[in-house]
Amino acid sequence: MSPPRGRALFVTLVVAYVVVAGAGLSLAAWSGLAPAQRELVAASARDQAPALLLLTGGALAGLVWLVVHVIGRYAATARRLTAETRLLLGPNPDHHVDPSGPVELVELAGAVNDLAERRRVAETEVARQVRTARAEIEAERNRLAALMAELTVAVLVCNIEGRILLYNRAARLVLGDDPAIGLGRSVHGIVDRGLITHALDRIREGATAQVATVLRDRRLLQVRLAPVHGTDRTLIGFVMVLEDETGRVANSVRADALLRDLSEGTRASLGSIRAAAENILDSPDMQPEHRRAFIEVVRDEAERLGDRVERWVAESIPHLGERWLLTDVRGADLLTVLAHELEGFVATTVDPDVPELWLQVDSHAVAQVAVHLATCLRDECGLVALKLSLGAATDRLAQLDARWRGPAPGPDTFNAWLDQPLTSSGAASAREVVERHGGEVWCAAGAAGSAYVRMLLPLTDATATSTSEARPGPGLGSRPEFYDFELFELREESLAWQERALADLTWTVFDTETTGLDPVHDEIISIGAVRVLGGRLLRQESFDRLVDPGRSVPAGSIAVHGITTSMVRGQPSIDDVLPLFARYADDTVLVGHNVGFDMRLLREKEERTGIRFGQPVLDTLLLDAALHPDFEEHSLEAIAGRLGVEVVGRHTALGDATVTAEVFLRLVTLFEQRGIDTLGEVLAASRATLHARLDRSAYGSR
Amino acid sequence: MTADVVARRVLIVDDEPNIVLSLEFLMRKNGFETSVARDGDAALAEVERFRPDLVLLDAMMPHRDGFEVCQQLRASGWTDLKIVMLTAKGRDSEVAKGLAVGADAYVTKPFSTRSLVDQVTALLDGA
Repeated sequence: MSPPRGRALFVTLVVAYVVVAGAGLSLAAWSGLAPAQRELVAASARDQAPALLLLTGGALAGLVWLVVHVIGRYAATARRLTAETRLLLGPNPDHHVDPSGPVELVELAGAVNDLAERRRVAETEVARQVRTARAEIEAERNRLAALMAELTVAVLVCNIEGRILLYNRAARLVLGDDPAIGLGRSVHGIVDRGLITHALDRIREGATAQVATVLRDRRLLQVRLAPVHGTDRTLIGFVMVLEDETGRVANSVRADALLRDLSEGTRASLGSIRAAAENILDSPDMQPEHRRAFIEVVRDEAERLGDRVERWVAESIPHLGERWLLTDVRGADLLTVLAHELEGFVATTVDPDVPELWLQVDSHAVAQVAVHLATCLRDECGLVALKLSLGAATDRLAQLDARWRGPAPGPDTFNAWLDQPLTSSGAASAREVVERHGGEVWCAAGAAGSAYVRMLLPLTDATATSTSEARPGPGLGSRPEFYDFELFELREESLAWQERALADLTWTVFDTETTGLDPVHDEIISIGAVRVLGGRLLRQESFDRLVDPGRSVPAGSIAVHGITTSMVRGQPSIDDVLPLFARYADDTVLVGHNVGFDMRLLREKEERTGIRFGQPVLDTLLLDAALHPDFEEHSLEAIAGRLGVEVVGRHTALGDATVTAEVFLRLVTLFEQRGIDTLGEVLAASRATLHARLDRSAYGSR
Repeated sequence: MTADVVARRVLIVDDEPNIVLSLEFLMRKNGFETSVARDGDAALAEVERFRPDLVLLDAMMPHRDGFEVCQQLRASGWTDLKIVMLTAKGRDSEVAKGLAVGADAYVTKPFSTRSLVDQVTALLDGA
């Protein structure tokens, strides 16, 4: 045993050996002495007793101190090693166990690190294989997600409890961006539970169910439900297709009223006109002033009839596209479609200079008209090449032109073509298709020996055009992460919060930025939150709002979060934002770091806004302290560093919420490794830690 | 009307006798010489015979509608002839088409007689 290794143990053994050997020798020497000599020794011992006692006592005390110190050091290092090894086991496999402390434990740490290294290698290989397998599933899912994203109908897929497994952008639009929509959230927050139960009963009978419901914003929604069956033919979920009926109903109500007004008003006016005319005819010798009065009646009634017709036309023409299935098509896309359809008939080029405009058309029918006219032109006028162009004719009409070199057919010929039925669409003629669009079509000679067919087609109304970027369409942003089929596995939602497994819960991880650190007098200026579900952070479902606190933001707090008074001025007030956040967080567990402060702020508003946050709340600070009582530091940065979470965008509400969510996901893993996997158990652990920390008066520093 | 002033000629083309009655009366009262055609084909023939300064042309007629008559007239060299389309078709796409195929004005029924006379006079005086 070399001096530096196990020095303390060596010293202990030597001291123990000296003591034991001394005692043994003394005993042997004593027994070998004659009585007189014993007397002498005893006397001498009596004289030296205090010194001897002091010496022995000191040696013993030193020994005891040494033993306690050594054991204590061993125990502390072993505890630290255990905590670090658990980190390795759990959230941070790259953690390197600190090789310091007593020599044997340094060796143990080395062995643990070696083991960890070997596991890393093995895990890398497993992970590679899992990645390959997962990539295939992912590709399947992406195809589905892409399909959903491109659908213009609003679709929601739910499990049998009504939890949302999947939804598309169209659904979000139809539901008016309701914050209650989200993966794992209950659809009952949007559509009445009774209606869905009723529809599910109908589905179980084998039918597709259709119900109507009224949304919170009073809009009428038509909901169609179709069943999703599991492998054993049991009903495990349902697909909902949503349609906003408000406009259509309002239109038909308005059309009814107009029709009534038109028919009743017309009869009345005609009655007056007829009576007046008959009076004039029957009384040729009537006084001139009477005659004039009757004639004025005729003119007035005619005027009123005219007004009535104009009103009817003005009301019904804008809604023409709603009765026919006219859809919004980008001008350039329409030209592409037409050129493609015309390809087999005449050589077609497209004018590249197409203005950005949206038409409201049945593009298939328009293409049929184009093909029909092009075929007639080819067969009867020898047309070989066409050039298509598009422009705005008026603020409501687009003009679609097809030009060619050569004479124009006579108008009589052209009109005859318009009245022929379109070959593949039965009875409808080109004229009918154009009429259906409220458009016109004609053929005329143009400049320099050219001719053209011009079709006038309706533009989408101006408000819709200005939001064209919000239309569903291909693009990077259109492929959402809006699916989670594992939720099909969820069982009946009968469990109380406490008994629910951590893995089955939906979490709202949030943070606030404030004007200061006083929860009573300071105000919220920003709320950020992300959703955690099934071990995943759903970035797509984040909540990020600025709040106008109704006063200026102090310079000291601007230094922390960078939110200035001008940034929040004019933003919604907390009275407007809090209900939105409550809907976002409804039916989920709240999580925050040092969340006591944030909850205090929210509860300050309870009385005024009537918004209560009654759900369970978890604090990542307490969770980390419960798991790692031996670590002193439980700030968000310190935990993130230990758990291998990259910290970005700190001190924005959304940034902090995201870091907290990543930390939370790893802490949950640690709890589950210890067999703590229900919300109730985690809450209990949090509470115990809170009490321990309160006892040490360490809580409350933010 | 004095003898040395040649009365300006207005051709009325409409298949609806009730409105023809009023239009004829109105135009004569305002000093125009009138003639009437009952459909599109008759209108084309009557223009060649009567050689009017202005045509009041109904859009909706059997056989050959007003748009077609208008287009035919312009195509066969009647470029100085004033054409007023007079119709119950009032959609903006139809107005656009009427003006595109060569009408000088587009008047929808029902109309005020005074403003029609004003419009006809303005067109002829501007020529």
